Amino acid sequence: MTKNLKIDFAHNQSAHCENGVVSNLMKHNGFDISEPMVFGIGSGLLFSYLPFLKVNYAPVFTYRSMPGFIFNKFAKRTGIKMKREKFKNPKLAKARLDQNLAKNNPVGLQVGVYNLVYFPDEYRFHFNAHNMVVYGKQGDRYLISDPVMEEVTSLTEKELEKVRFAKGAFAPKGHMYYPISFPEKLELETAIVKGIKQTARDMTAPVPIVGVKAMRWVAKNIRKWPKKLGPKKANHYLGQIVRMQEEIGTGGGGFRYIYAAFLQEASAMLNNPKLMKLSKEMTSIGDAWRDFAVDASRIYKNRNAESNGYEDVAVQLEALADREEQFFKTLKKTV
Amino acid sequence: MKKEEVPQDESNLASANFREMVYAVDDDGKYTTSLSTGWNPKKIALDNAIKEIEERIANAKKRVLNNETSPIEYYMEVHKMDLPVLASYVGMWQWRVKRHFKPSVFKRLNQKTLKKYADVFEISIEQLKSIDDEES
Repeated sequence: MTKNLKIDFAHNQSAHCENGVVSNLMKHNGFDISEPMVFGIGSGLLFSYLPFLKVNYAPVFTYRSMPGFIFNKFAKRTGIKMKREKFKNPKLAKARLDQNLAKNNPVGLQVGVYNLVYFPDEYRFHFNAHNMVVYGKQGDRYLISDPVMEEVTSLTEKELEKVRFAKGAFAPKGHMYYPISFPEKLELETAIVKGIKQTARDMTAPVPIVGVKAMRWVAKNIRKWPKKLGPKKANHYLGQIVRMQEEIGTGGGGFRYIYAAFLQEASAMLNNPKLMKLSKEMTSIGDAWRDFAVDASRIYKNRNAESNGYEDVAVQLEALADREEQFFKTLKKTV
Repeated sequence: MKKEEVPQDESNLASANFREMVYAVDDDGKYTTSLSTGWNPKKIALDNAIKEIEERIANAKKRVLNNETSPIEYYMEVHKMDLPVLASYVGMWQWRVKRHFKPSVFKRLNQKTLKKYADVFEISIEQLKSIDDEES
């Protein structure tokens, strides 16, 4: 491999890493696909509550689907073939990366955040579902397009190996992925409908840990937390809800707004004005999620004080569940 | 959220000199993107999480000095890890790592096992054995 290799790759910042990597890789291959389009077709929107799984000593709440899911679904629904590789041996992982770069092929990588040196310290947790594109190498530094960053950056060989082989939940195991073949024309219309149908189905599923049912379960537990856990732990849990909602790169009811942007784009593509109306409603739901975060933060601002705000935020969360239930039932019928 | 409502609060993002991208609607109701320097409710949540970790570190340190736990637990907290994450990094069962928290067991650990921990924490075995040098 030559010492200096830089693939002509356009870095576009995105709100969320996985969408961003997919969107940027698509653009690189000549398909102008926006971040919200990837998110919508890949059925990225979700709500899920996993009280048995603890991260940073608090249960897991998530506002989007499992890592890797968006790309898989997006590829399947648009007819793109993807190549994915995981590795046991870091040397082999590096060799395969170098081969791809030498072939002028930028690749997506799943990485851990804890050792990502260009992130602010405060954001470096053991979170292993971050995504980036590697688009070249200069000397011993890999050129990195991290979609949540404003500008491109770089990592040394050692630094990159560390984040590719981070350990713990969702360990990336060197996970590398890239598209290998494309259909002549992307069938976006059918893909959009499939994506919407699945999101609507999942959000209204009769399962306690996903969708609106999970939101109601969280609301129920929020009421119990102050007594059951004491104010300190209860506040820690509540903070976790907001941190997951406002995970880096998704600022402010983030995923709901990305979904609203998707519906707006889909409305034009499918020539369906009803989706435009629903986009507005989703924006308003996103705003309500933000209000929820503001009120929750008022409670945990004073970490150790007794507080009776829990009832209020539980009620807000239930109202959100009702709205989203109504929303997704309508959406299902619209496409 | 309207574009002009995109929060521009002070946050820890500034230390790395970047802003995050968010989706918001413009005056015509069309979606567009905008950059945000941060948002207070999020900053408070993050600050609290950091404080929580600092308390855990201080507490672990105290317990090491009282001979109630081994320095492994202290360094685990310093690295924002919990038991499953540390066990995964050193490649041992959780119960085994937990056993190594016992000062009496820790004292008898062989060099090979100590090195595994030291490598994960990126310190020397000497540093692993004492926490006094690590004033933070």
